[in-house]
Amino acid sequence: MFLKVNTERCVGCQACLDSCPYDAIMMKDDVAVILETCQLCRACLSTCPEGAIQEIEEAGDLKGDAAPDAGSGVLIYAEQRHGTLAAVSMELLGAGRRLVEQVRQRRGQAATLSAVLIGGDSGLAEELGRFGADKVYHASGPLLDSFHDEAYSQILATAIQQAMPEIVLAGATAIGRSFIPRVAARLGTGLTADCTSLEMDEEGRNLLQVRPAWGGNIMASILTPHRRPQMATVRPRVMKALPRDENRRAEVFPLDGGKCRTRARVVDFVKEVSMKVNIAESDVIVAGGRGVGKEGFALLTELAELLNGTVGASRAAVDEGWIPYGHQVGQTGKTVCPKLYIACGISGAVQHLVGMQSSDTIVAINKNPDAPIFNVATYGIVGDVKEVVPMLIRKLKEARA
Amino acid sequence: MKIAVCIKQVPDTSEVKLDKTTNTLIRDGIPSIINPYDLHALEAALSIRDQVGGTVTVVTMGPPQAEEALREAIAVGADDAVLLTDRAFAGSDTLATSKTLSAALRALEAELIVCGKQAIDGDTAQVGPEVAEFLDIPHVAYVRRVESVSPTGIKVQRLMDDGYDVVEAEVPVLLTVVKELNTPRMPSLKGKMRAKKFEAKRMTAADLGLAQGDLGLQGSPTQVNRVFTPEGRAERKPLSGSLDEQVTALVAELKKDNCFC
Ligand SMILES: Cc1cc2nc3c(=O)[nH]c(=O)nc-3n(C[C@H](O)[C@H](O)[C@H](O)COP(=O)(O)OP(=O)(O)OC[C@H]3O[C@@H](n4cnc5c(N)ncnc54)[C@H](O)[C@@H]3O)c2cc1C
Ligand SMILES: Nc1ncnc2c1ncn2[C@@H]1O[C@H](COP(=O)(O)O)[C@@H](O)[C@H]1O
Repeated sequence: MFLKVNTERCVGCQACLDSCPYDAIMMKDDVAVILETCQLCRACLSTCPEGAIQEIEEAGDLKGDAAPDAGSGVLIYAEQRHGTLAAVSMELLGAGRRLVEQVRQRRGQAATLSAVLIGGDSGLAEELGRFGADKVYHASGPLLDSFHDEAYSQILATAIQQAMPEIVLAGATAIGRSFIPRVAARLGTGLTADCTSLEMDEEGRNLLQVRPAWGGNIMASILTPHRRPQMATVRPRVMKALPRDENRRAEVFPLDGGKCRTRARVVDFVKEVSMKVNIAESDVIVAGGRGVGKEGFALLTELAELLNGTVGASRAAVDEGWIPYGHQVGQTGKTVCPKLYIACGISGAVQHLVGMQSSDTIVAINKNPDAPIFNVATYGIVGDVKEVVPMLIRKLKEARA
Repeated sequence: MKIAVCIKQVPDTSEVKLDKTTNTLIRDGIPSIINPYDLHALEAALSIRDQVGGTVTVVTMGPPQAEEALREAIAVGADDAVLLTDRAFAGSDTLATSKTLSAALRALEAELIVCGKQAIDGDTAQVGPEVAEFLDIPHVAYVRRVESVSPTGIKVQRLMDDGYDVVEAEVPVLLTVVKELNTPRMPSLKGKMRAKKFEAKRMTAADLGLAQGDLGLQGSPTQVNRVFTPEGRAERKPLSGSLDEQVTALVAELKKDNCFC
């Protein structure tokens, strides 16, 4: 299979040149030519206004043979760390419920939402039921309380083979992104990393997995049409958890976790002090960028305390050494989704935006009216941080009094 | 110790800008670079080699011009380089890439394999762990410090969301590394001279003994369905008047939205 330009149709508009992330299209004699370096990402197909780019099937090109009907239901990996469920586990149950519901509506088929819990105690398994799981598979054993890639992937892969779900979701956390790829490789199926949106297609069969790529410059919608299960890791704080229902119960099944092999062992854990304030868990974040200056961060701390929130930062501010890395928001920092995000002196580079643009309310304070941060802001104030923030602090205090 | 480093040539995504009027990427003249994380992987491999002896081989799968990335690695101090290139590899997703790389790494009999945490074009961070699974060896992701290396094992710190784990692993093992692990060295004059004349060993699908169905687009379960630019947020509420009036209005709105109490 390869892509080819129909030279009759190509009008030489060059639209495809810009769409290609790999610079694999060139103009020759006023028509586009696709080069050997083409990665078959197909970004150009939809860009061509003339429909001149075509997919050519080579002889013997099978489009995959697995029956897309294999399996049913959604299975999530419920992450625990040091005996506590990660918030993303509940978010995945919320997302899983929605997908199960979409399958029911679009395909008229009831489906099960199950969870696999590795390590932790039975209380955690029950808690998953209260957040929406129908079935919980629970593996416990001494090795499993710490995160061991090999053991975790053996257990999860075995559980998937037993439960036969058509969709598997896990958090795009340090743990999920480390061992879920092993599970996908073991099962020989596809895995889409770090998704920010999940929907069933119109037939209720294929999962549309949307994720940022290219440092957040573009979004890609990914499908796994011919293999099952369809697997995705999901960015924390993007999906919504269901409210806890005290009376809801899941069926709990034990999984054998005793016989796992592991050739890499965790011998110690050191908690980072700077991560004490987990910005990803805050409802209010006051974030500062290069425009705030070193001293300005004291002001932001005051504002954050007033709002019961925490302080976040752009990479520029972290690179300047004004605040530790644990506070960085964005592509290479944390993804946050607070109720209120106040961006002070932050320009709004895409790499920053991908980490905060799904916040409920965004306030931007920047002295440059053309700063891209204003494109995502609910409320924008053009002004100097040193002037606006103290004013805001004063008026908030007044409003509260 | 036989050490292999997986490096990928990527477009420098930090150079990408968005054309605001047409909402498309401006990519004119964007250079190809070695994936930044992979430079840290290479540095880790070189310093382990310098410490315990052995060889460092860099491996890449990509189009013929990816050889440029291998030459850069030679200039920095790698001993050998392998280029996996074949039309049949085009369109590989992480599963097909990992299968292809693992076939080459198996042939190299690498005892220590070092990868970057992720590649900046796709940001998937999946290739390292998938390669380890295909080779049936352990892996440690997000290595931020190497505490010790011996012929039979390695002790490293693994960065987690809440701190770091100390992990001991048997050799052979695969590591994926984060940037804080080290500072990549610069190419030496001698290295540059060697790189100029250096020709990487090339391997095709046939050399690797892989079946067509495992490679490239056919061997890739995931497909890119659509690519689009992220949209701005719809709801915007303008504030008007003097600065003082704007801030007053903002406080009133925040109070109404229950953003503070
Ligand atoms: C691979 C990669 C990953 C990255 N990951 C991240 C990431 O995770 N997070 C991240 O944030 N960035 C990330 N970046 C960097 C990102 O591209 C930007 O460089 C960065 O976000 C800029 O930070 P800034 O907005 O604070 O600084 P600048 O872009 O310098 O903006 C400063 C802003 O402050 C305003 N300003 C100046 N003085 C004042 C004042 N007195 N009052 C009010 N406003 C003022 C200016 O008008 C300007 O808009 C990444 C980059 C790359 C290449
Ligand atoms: N085509 C490739 N050739 C060599 N190494 C690769 C390739 N793709 C990915 N890698 C390695 O796998 C790591 C993770 O890549 P990714 O899973 O694409 O984010 C990279 O940092 C490289 O070390």
